[in-house]
Amino acid sequence: MLGVRKTFGATVALDAVDLAVGPGEVCALVGQNGAGKSTLMAILAGALRPDAGTMTLDGAPYAPADPLEARRAGVAMIYQELSLAPHLSVMDNIALGIEPSHVGFIDRARVRQTAVEALRQLGHPEISPEARVGRLSPAAQQLVEIARALAMQCRVLVFDEPTSSLGFEDVRKLFALIARLKQQGLAIAYISHFLEEVKQVSDRFVVLRDGRNVGGGVSVDTPAEQIVQLMVGRTLDELYPRGPRTITESILEVNNLLPGNATFALHRGEVFGIAGLLGAGRTRLLRALFGLEPVRRGTVRLGVYAGSFSPHERWKQGMGMLSEDRTGEGLALGLSVADNMTLTRLRDVGRGVFVFPATQAATTHRWIDSLGIRTSGPHQIVSQLSGGNQQKVALARLLHHNVDVLVMDEPTRGIDVGSKAQIYKIVDELVGQSKAVVLVSSYFPELLAICDRIAVMSRGHLGTARPASDWTEHSLLMEASGARAAS
Amino acid sequence: MTRYFGAQSGVLTGLLLIAVIFGLIVGPQFFRPANLELMARQTAIVCVAALGMTMVIVAGGIDLSVGSVIALSTVVTALLLRANSGPLFAALGAVAAGAACGVLNGVLITLLRVVPFIVTLGTMLLVRGAAKGLSDERRIEAPITWLNALLRTVRDGNGLLLPWGIWLTVVLAIVVAITLQYTRFGRHLFAIGSNERTARLCGVRVDRSKVAVYAIAGGFAGLAGVLQLSQLSVGDPTAAIGLELDVIAAVIIGGGSLAGGKGTVVGTVAGAAIMTVIQVGCSQQGLPNWVQQIVTGTIIVFAVALDRWRSAAVESRSQ
Repeated sequence: MLGVRKTFGATVALDAVDLAVGPGEVCALVGQNGAGKSTLMAILAGALRPDAGTMTLDGAPYAPADPLEARRAGVAMIYQELSLAPHLSVMDNIALGIEPSHVGFIDRARVRQTAVEALRQLGHPEISPEARVGRLSPAAQQLVEIARALAMQCRVLVFDEPTSSLGFEDVRKLFALIARLKQQGLAIAYISHFLEEVKQVSDRFVVLRDGRNVGGGVSVDTPAEQIVQLMVGRTLDELYPRGPRTITESILEVNNLLPGNATFALHRGEVFGIAGLLGAGRTRLLRALFGLEPVRRGTVRLGVYAGSFSPHERWKQGMGMLSEDRTGEGLALGLSVADNMTLTRLRDVGRGVFVFPATQAATTHRWIDSLGIRTSGPHQIVSQLSGGNQQKVALARLLHHNVDVLVMDEPTRGIDVGSKAQIYKIVDELVGQSKAVVLVSSYFPELLAICDRIAVMSRGHLGTARPASDWTEHSLLMEASGARAAS
Repeated sequence: MTRYFGAQSGVLTGLLLIAVIFGLIVGPQFFRPANLELMARQTAIVCVAALGMTMVIVAGGIDLSVGSVIALSTVVTALLLRANSGPLFAALGAVAAGAACGVLNGVLITLLRVVPFIVTLGTMLLVRGAAKGLSDERRIEAPITWLNALLRTVRDGNGLLLPWGIWLTVVLAIVVAITLQYTRFGRHLFAIGSNERTARLCGVRVDRSKVAVYAIAGGFAGLAGVLQLSQLSVGDPTAAIGLELDVIAAVIIGGGSLAGGKGTVVGTVAGAAIMTVIQVGCSQQGLPNWVQQIVTGTIIVFAVALDRWRSAAVESRSQ
């Protein structure tokens, strides 16, 4: 791919990007969210068409009009969100779009044969071709997707964040599979922002930032810090600012709480990190703290408040929560910036039972200015904002409410670097004002950089909190994946 | 305020357009005060029920039981009047009965976690049955009181320009409009309708608000029943069959979204008015009933399609 360019309206998603992958090679494409990785891969897989630039496959010009044509040419994409039909069987999924047919009737025997062969080539003949895909585990579903690509004789495979929905063991198996596919002479492009993975699985890496190539190299020779700097385009001190912090009295005390099997105390002036992999039960623990899920055992004391609580009471008691599911829960996408920002505390922008829209707009304006939210104004519908700006609206709600305890679930997931840096800065300022923050993340570098103490959640169990300086990315990952508990 | 009416320009233009078309067909007598008054009187019942429905639909719900509640309300009013209670007491009793039906809807929806469509489909039958049982499946004659004058024409002049019932509708419309736009409860309804999970996360007491909104809608349906009785002068358990669909149509034509989070009083009132103008216009032109139904049906579909098209255009312009 040479000089590929793609714009969406006024946004330049890709600008003169080059990428080359040879047979028997794994090339990693790294970059922050919004760097243009997925757009580049969508162009490669025929889902989008470039505005400029050329692509060649085996020396011949390659310009697929749609994903099916790309597959026919030998380029297949293994997507972040699995793109299988859950109600169909494994073999029907594998043959989808290339059904061998005989005068319009599908040749079932050959469909089955194709599927069996592809699964054997993968080294997973144990997957039954008749099984319904929806019943399989995410890892097995991914295998079916890869089998589908092999069944089409694809020579170029693109993996887009393939490990995001997999457990530790499945990740290991996937890497072994990728190594095997490489030996079979396939060209593999691997998109990820997990650097440990990239170093482990790829031969070369290419870094994208803001839609441009900013560097690359041989994966094993390049230190992770250097790759990170290429990705974020700034030094780590700029990304993770850290003012003076004074940790004082405890404000949240959690004792033997189920869900989460959690016992910890949160102090004013402190960022408490909860690390863990997806599905470890971190979100359920936070939701239980906030009254969104029932407490089955144990006690939670927030300041002077003990006993039962609902989200309504939590806001009144000075606790606010930022949801991990920004579009499904965090924000009412159909409502305006102003409505979303002030919803928890409409009392402040009105009098008695009344809300004054002018006051509401003025208050919203202040937050828009102080957080640098890019929007046409308080009345703009939130769904029209970019991910980073949406997240700032959701965060501004907690700031507007002026809560003492902020519970933040994956606050930086899926947003651009600029917004991330700003959220880190806000968190640092908040604890500087002797508020307290609980921060859940599966991105360990950010936890290590901004937290004071970190505890790891693994299989529904919260481990002991230790100072952030006692942890490394590796030790967090070991404990999160349960490796330490087993030994 | 400008923003509020600006957003309603579509349905208001539509109302004006349809009125002008019928004005041209029927002739200038279409706009005579007496004819306008007639149309206002015909709109009132649907309009009152639609005010409650607007709030329900804004909160992402639906209430199919309003037709039955209206029938129950006529029966309750008639029974109370026959029992020699005062007209005001009878009317309040009917509103209370309607509100009680609404509370039942709200409690079933929030407690059983069954979707509003199903719950109110059930209560539609349940309340209709209750009305029939209460009245022994007969029409109930009620003594003539001032309630019967609520929607009586003022052609002879009562100094009020319009009947009492119309003024009541106007006042309620203003109250509901203010509630939706300028109170915490109203903003909470929009939040619930737009994304219930967000509302809960933000500390809105979702279940409580839902029960309240169905209760209010039930109360409005009860009041619509009192207006219905004033026209029929009997309590009729088979009254207002299918009227819930007219009520919902008024909200939808007025820009309400069944997905929740959208809807305004001005839109709803205009939507109800559009349907009356078509009805009255067609019958005064001597067009048969079926023409009128075809026109109304077409308007409903195109109103919603037009609204979608407009909001898509607004969105693409602002990006």
